[in-house]
Amino acid sequence: MEQPLWEVFIRSRQGLDHKHVGSLHAADARMAIESARDVYTRRMEGVSIWVVESKNIHASSPDEAASFYEPAEDKIYRHPTFYKLPDEVEYM
Amino acid sequence: MRKLSDNMDTEALQKSFDEKIEKDIKIEPKDWMPVEYRKTLIRQISQHAHSEIVGMLPEGNWITRAPTLRRKCILIAKVQDEAGHGLYLYCAAETLNITREEMTEQLLSGKAKYSSIFNYPTLSWADMGAIGWLVDGAAIINQIPLCRTSYAPYARGMVRICKEESFHQRQGFDILLTLSRGSAEQKAMAQDAINRWWWPSLMMFGPPDNESPHTIQNMKWKIKRFTNDELRQKFVDMCAQQVEVLGLQIPDPDLKWNEERGHYDFGPINWDEFWNVVKGNGPCNKERMAARIKAHEDGEWVRAAALEYARKEAAGLTGKQSEKATIKK
Ligand SMILES: [Fe+2]
Ligand SMILES: [Fe+2]
Repeated sequence: MEQPLWEVFIRSRQGLDHKHVGSLHAADARMAIESARDVYTRRMEGVSIWVVESKNIHASSPDEAASFYEPAEDKIYRHPTFYKLPDEVEYM
Repeated sequence: MRKLSDNMDTEALQKSFDEKIEKDIKIEPKDWMPVEYRKTLIRQISQHAHSEIVGMLPEGNWITRAPTLRRKCILIAKVQDEAGHGLYLYCAAETLNITREEMTEQLLSGKAKYSSIFNYPTLSWADMGAIGWLVDGAAIINQIPLCRTSYAPYARGMVRICKEESFHQRQGFDILLTLSRGSAEQKAMAQDAINRWWWPSLMMFGPPDNESPHTIQNMKWKIKRFTNDELRQKFVDMCAQQVEVLGLQIPDPDLKWNEERGHYDFGPINWDEFWNVVKGNGPCNKERMAARIKAHEDGEWVRAAALEYARKEAAGLTGKQSEKATIKK
């Protein structure tokens, strides 16, 4: 039997988000974390590791990307650049 | 939700794939891709992974005999990196729907290939220098353009690998430089290692362009960015200059600067030797495979025990779990 696949997320520095770095096989979570240390942080790339069994990750479908993200497309008023300010306003 | 791909015919999917490639938009694992693109990637990435793993063997041979503790630490770190490279690449290949087990099986059964360079023996300590400088040097030249390859997980793996490789090449160069500046005997040892590793290193870039049938398609798919011969030339140009710093020689009487081309010319490569090694008749093919098979079989009980422990732990049957339980109470 094959050992399950785990996705590895690493916080590279205190204060930053955990970021996906790759995956690995391990029998359980503890082994996954130890292997993640050996595989992904040999040069001090991390201060914190998360592992999630890959089967527990649910993803949006690339096939539906066009319609799925469509609602955001025409809402340019959500960006500050949409608003023209008079020159007199210095900082806003 | 309906899946768009159900409605789109292959032609439309192919068109949108081609457009992405054209615009340098990376392909991610769940995106539609042509069957042949997927197959090619699985072959190339798994072959690359196998090479990293088998590549540990020739250098592992010298870990216990490194001349100083410092050199030993460095060599261990380097070999450990190669194991990591293998793992990054296996993971990238797995995103294409092949399992690790299948890939391992393909390697151990001899169905999958790995880089021929690792079928040569490491006869002296100087070989650690020559491998780092030449073999890792050639690997770097091959790998840097792969950081921009069209399949995203492969590209991401290569970025990680390239960051780690340059130490490999430098530590090799450092070994050769130290030997070259040492006694006459040490210098001769360094030269001998270069003599043996030079030509096999040139073969690492693969057959010449006119005999490499996949190159054109792989360049169209932007899996490859440069041809074998282009990369080989880059490597020769780089080494021809660096060998002078080493105070050593490249074993090629035809090697000389060509002003007109702006490159070094070099002598003919013995492709018969290359194909012979690929077919399994190199000096160490059998030894390498035997070592891999033994490592895999010897590790079988460890993998089984780890899985069994995980199962018991999940079921609350291990001492560790009950210990936790008592603390909670
Ligand atoms: Fe490597
Ligand atoms: Fe390397």
